[in-house]
Amino acid sequence: MNPQLRRHLASAVFILGFFLLWEALCWLFGVSDIVLPKPSEIIITLIARMPALWPHILQTLYTTLIGFGLGIAIGIALGVLVGSSRLAYDVAYPLLIGFATIPKVAVVPIFVLWFGAGGVPAVLTAMIMCIFPIVVNVATGLATTEPELEDVMRALHASKLEILWNVGLPRTMPYFFASLKVSVTLAFVGTVISETVASNRGIGNVMMIASSNFDVPLVFAGLLILAVLGVALYAIFSVIETNITGWAHRKDEMAMG
Amino acid sequence: MISANVPDPRTHSQYFVELEEVTLSYGRGDKKIHALGLTNLRLKQGDFVALVGPSGCGKSTILKLVSGLITASTGYVYVAGRQVGAEPIRVGMAFQNPTMLPWLTVRENVMLPLKIVPPFREQYRAKRNGEFRDRADALLKEVGLANFGDKRPWQLSGGMLQRASLCRALVHEPQLLMLDEPFGALDQFTREELWAIMQDLWTKMRPTVLLVTHDLKEAGYLANRICVMRARPGVIVDDAEVPFARPRTIEMSYTPPFVALTQRLRELIVAARPAKEAA
Repeated sequence: MNPQLRRHLASAVFILGFFLLWEALCWLFGVSDIVLPKPSEIIITLIARMPALWPHILQTLYTTLIGFGLGIAIGIALGVLVGSSRLAYDVAYPLLIGFATIPKVAVVPIFVLWFGAGGVPAVLTAMIMCIFPIVVNVATGLATTEPELEDVMRALHASKLEILWNVGLPRTMPYFFASLKVSVTLAFVGTVISETVASNRGIGNVMMIASSNFDVPLVFAGLLILAVLGVALYAIFSVIETNITGWAHRKDEMAMG
Repeated sequence: MISANVPDPRTHSQYFVELEEVTLSYGRGDKKIHALGLTNLRLKQGDFVALVGPSGCGKSTILKLVSGLITASTGYVYVAGRQVGAEPIRVGMAFQNPTMLPWLTVRENVMLPLKIVPPFREQYRAKRNGEFRDRADALLKEVGLANFGDKRPWQLSGGMLQRASLCRALVHEPQLLMLDEPFGALDQFTREELWAIMQDLWTKMRPTVLLVTHDLKEAGYLANRICVMRARPGVIVDDAEVPFARPRTIEMSYTPPFVALTQRLRELIVAARPAKEAA
């Protein structure tokens, strides 16, 4: 058995074990479904309600992806600005940190006030959740670019834009992808917060209604869906990351003599 | 101090590179540092000049002035008969660190100047998989890296990277080649091997070369002329021709005239070193 397969197997066994333990403890202590449903119960609910849940899943995924996309665009733009200009760094960083500290749940009502309840506040909440990690990482990547690498370009009389494009941004890619993996999970959090507070669609809304009806298995089914979506997107970005920034992960390789 | 902006056309016609009454200082007031005192230096087209001297004497400053990375405080720098920066000339540079971009292959690194420097940049898209690629491969072959074009920089040793770095400095057929201690971080044998390669490349392509080095043997092996500099402020204190015939060999560096040359340079540099401050 090769080591990679063994690693995957170990992680699968561990995850399965976690749910089995959960199930066993629920049986053992006779925990009520209203307090903590058994995993089997959650799965059954999930399958039974799937036709009704499906549009909400799509809605949440769609909202998150749009918010995430916007967050990436704005995050890169701000990150490039903050990372390449000392002035922008000094001016924008305190503002950004202040903004990132605000609980996003407090912002949702403002968005609702401006744009009405529904999809737009959810997209915007997802977006502002992702911006901060992206800005910080892109800015760090740019600011820590080795001056020697830039000298190579400057000696060729390259313009600032050419230096950014050929040295700054590629150098920043590993940082950028690290931030994407954090951001994509945060984007889900943002969407669900907004859907819970002010929307009539999406998984957040489903969970909200289910909990007010004491339909706890459905609440947990919603949580499971969100977790699965988050893991799936995380995995997608991990694969893209290893393909694009493979040069930064080279521990296994040996230098030649 | 010369304040007129109109250069005198008589003084810079026959030289490819000319530093005329150049000084360079950083900072203001009490903190002002004179990096370069009054300096005059002339290079003929296709010449190979080495700058040697104690550390901090402004050798690299001269390189940066000539390549236009920094501007002189006073005086003029002419390249190809024009004030530097007025008209872009093709400059190749190699540094002590090979500074390969790790996300590109070795070949892509070598081709980088073709992507940036006119007139190649306009044709880059059309020729990057054809003519330009062949040109990079030909150079890599010349320095003994024929099969390494597709490798990543971190798969190569320091000596191999420095060879690739030389290829990158030469791929766009620079009129001016600036070498800032390119062999400084290598072991003695690799260094000697690269001297021979450098000499071959220079003989073939004949760029005007300015080499900064600490290694007197290297200066004697490669250069047509050696300028010795003194520190604080940096000025050129000696400028001598190297009379040995080309192609030069390592054996040559053990002959009495060569040894006498390096000894003389050594004494000049020791004398030029600032007395109190140890390097």
